[in-house]
Amino acid sequence: MAKVSFAVDGKAVSVDVDPNMPLLYALRDDLKMNAPHFGCGEGQCGACTVLLDGEPTRSCVLPVSAAKGRKVTTIYGLGTPKKPHPLQTAYVQEQVPQCGYCVSGWLLTAAAFLKKKPAAGDSELREALSGLKCRCGTHVSIMRAVKRAQKQMA
Amino acid sequence: MKTRTGLSVSRREFLMTSGALIVSAAAPATSENAVAATAATDPLKPALVPGELDSWVAVLKDGRVAAFFGKVDLGQGLDVGIAQIVADELDVAYEKVTVFQGDTANSCNQGGASGSFGINVGAKPLRNAAAEARRILVESAAQRLSVPADRLTVSDGVVSVTGDAAKKVSYAELIGGRFFNAKVEWNKQVGNFMDINVRAKPKQPSEYKVVGKSFPRNDVEGKVFGTSDWVSEVRVPGMLHARVIRPERAGCDPVKVDEASIRSIRGARVVREGNFLAVVAPREWDAVRAAKMLKVEWSASKDPFPPMDKLYEHIRAAKTVKREEPLKKGDVEAVIKTAARVVEAEYEWPFQAHASMGPGCAVVDPRKGRATLWTGTQKPHYARDGVAKILGLPPEEVHGIWVVGPGSYGRNDAGDTAIDAAIVAKLTGKPVRVQSSRAEGIAWCPKGPAGVHRGRAAFDASGKVIGYDFNSKGFSRLNVNSNESDPGDTLGGMEIGMTLKPQDAFGTPEETYGFDNKRLGWEVIAPLLARSSPLRTSHLRDPVGPDIHFASEQFIDELAFAAGEDPVAFRLKYVTAARDAAVIRAAAEKAGWQPRPAQRSRPSGDVLTGRGIAYAQRARTIIAAVAEIEVDRRTGRIWGRKFTVAHDCGLIINPQSLRYTIEGNVVHGLSRVLF
Ligand code: FES
Ligand code: FES
Repeated sequence: MAKVSFAVDGKAVSVDVDPNMPLLYALRDDLKMNAPHFGCGEGQCGACTVLLDGEPTRSCVLPVSAAKGRKVTTIYGLGTPKKPHPLQTAYVQEQVPQCGYCVSGWLLTAAAFLKKKPAAGDSELREALSGLKCRCGTHVSIMRAVKRAQKQMA
Repeated sequence: MKTRTGLSVSRREFLMTSGALIVSAAAPATSENAVAATAATDPLKPALVPGELDSWVAVLKDGRVAAFFGKVDLGQGLDVGIAQIVADELDVAYEKVTVFQGDTANSCNQGGASGSFGINVGAKPLRNAAAEARRILVESAAQRLSVPADRLTVSDGVVSVTGDAAKKVSYAELIGGRFFNAKVEWNKQVGNFMDINVRAKPKQPSEYKVVGKSFPRNDVEGKVFGTSDWVSEVRVPGMLHARVIRPERAGCDPVKVDEASIRSIRGARVVREGNFLAVVAPREWDAVRAAKMLKVEWSASKDPFPPMDKLYEHIRAAKTVKREEPLKKGDVEAVIKTAARVVEAEYEWPFQAHASMGPGCAVVDPRKGRATLWTGTQKPHYARDGVAKILGLPPEEVHGIWVVGPGSYGRNDAGDTAIDAAIVAKLTGKPVRVQSSRAEGIAWCPKGPAGVHRGRAAFDASGKVIGYDFNSKGFSRLNVNSNESDPGDTLGGMEIGMTLKPQDAFGTPEETYGFDNKRLGWEVIAPLLARSSPLRTSHLRDPVGPDIHFASEQFIDELAFAAGEDPVAFRLKYVTAARDAAVIRAAAEKAGWQPRPAQRSRPSGDVLTGRGIAYAQRARTIIAAVAEIEVDRRTGRIWGRKFTVAHDCGLIINPQSLRYTIEGNVVHGLSRVLF
């Protein structure tokens, strides 16, 4: 067991856990976060995505010790109903999620990508989001929402 | 309108309890849930049976309306549609209606999510109940206002005298917070086809004000801002995390379990009953580690499965255990023998895993003489029954609560996980949470059945199809039942020795091609492994529909090609139902379909384009789709560029919900075909 301190959604937190435990379990079990989900635990689906110092990261394969001293952002920290991120607004307007289990991956990956490349074209967006899964097949509305947010952010 | 599921700690309370989402067995906290829970446990409340009006609708003190729905919405807005229907029948504003769904304490068993029946069958008792409630309320208003009922109008829950609006009384005043105590006539069906007969007459579609409009879903914001409840977030004080240990090879049983191999993990231990083996630990990560570390010696298995490339050979050669010919017209064999031309083709369809976005997860909290189940299964009432059997409790002592989980479109692993959790809860006497691993979720979930589909058709000399034979041979689509009410139908149940009662069933194409001689049949072969099989089959969106129509519509294309006719024109020539012809025409027109027969010529260029049309019926809905695709010859990549879908489901309750459902259908179907 080891004490690991980092920030989640702007708040300083610290957990006393097996340092090899993936960050996802610290977020869910120790910090009781609802948003990053366990989809595969193998880095294959994106359901567990968080931003680590702004970079989309699959928390199911990242040892919690690697988060030490860093900034973790979940969709809860991306924006709130009162102060939503444009992507969240667009997601609501386009009514994107079905089950919603995949949302963290798409929102956070798209947010990080649009920050770097605000004027990205269709194929660049597809490329940037290609490693993510949505088993409800909401891809059509995901693209609509991302493009809507992109316009709004321009 | 709101929708509440049974998990009941709001985000605010979640934050107030220092970040811990803690739920107790029966202590719903939000106002809506408090209402539902009191309604459910109020000693004055008539029994929760379909024959009581109070089992379906309630008018709350402030005039809001609660509707109790025995199905669940998986993210397509079914609950919104139900609220719209109830609002219209009762003449209340849509915003006033709250739909409670999937909670065994306040809804009857309408079969859960099932068979695309949510609206077209599942809404019926709610519509009838709302209409009956309105009738009763208007009659009691008539007494109160001393005016005959036919002189009364209702607007947003206020009954007033036509032409004298000052004379009025509200639903809240008439019954708010009290029970109707009115009998309705239950049709004695449990599950999908549960319905009630009432004295009131539901409205005509021309009278609808709310139905037919788009209303947004209720669950989107919570999912987008990270504030919604999930089944995987249910935590009960004192809860153990369990991981079920299953063999890497099918057909193996645990022989020796080395409990010392996980001794280094604090609090971790092994639980076992029969061939059911699991590890538990107070911390989730410890349970995950223990599952990886536990040393188990498995019995040798004679590999029950043929190699993948021999699967279809196996199906073709296997003995048929049951065969049916649901449609038989004329004498197909005779015309095939004498035909001017015979066309034949076969189509192979593999086993398919659900591969939902997350593996199954469930929590079971056993108490003295009762228990609570939190589950993401499509059919919470049935899963409750199964859990009760494992725990040896009467079903009414188990409270089944549906909480959203990863989307499921068929019987995936969610329900089996509920039984797993119940077994571990029984063995430990503690509240237990089970979440499977990804590998387990894919390898061990019930599967869509593999099959070989064969079409044969006879043409006469003029090029007319005079005989048509379509037969599917494969594994049953019901090796395990479509729900978990009998634990023998679940993996855990089989592992503890309960008996599986498999059924032999398949299906035939749902179309109306009017060939003079026609036979549609299916035959089922024995499962490869009789018990605890990772290839046990059940329904997958939709049960055998994709495989059968994939094959039969391709075969229709072969026939159009053989006849030298355009695929749309060919279908229109033979299809007999007017609605079927209309959807085919609508899809073709909208897609800008240029009539021409298919060609065998090989155009040049690296990227080729193609198009196709298919049509089918499903649960009283008729669908035609035109696909425009691209194939990159260099990479082999297939790209579905554009899909045009004509969808006739009858009256549309919520156009936006329908649009999203269709989009999801297309992507889901495409992913099953391409990957
Ligand atoms: S759960 Fe982390 S990538 Fe799937
Ligand atoms: S919405 Fe269900 S997995 Fe994406």
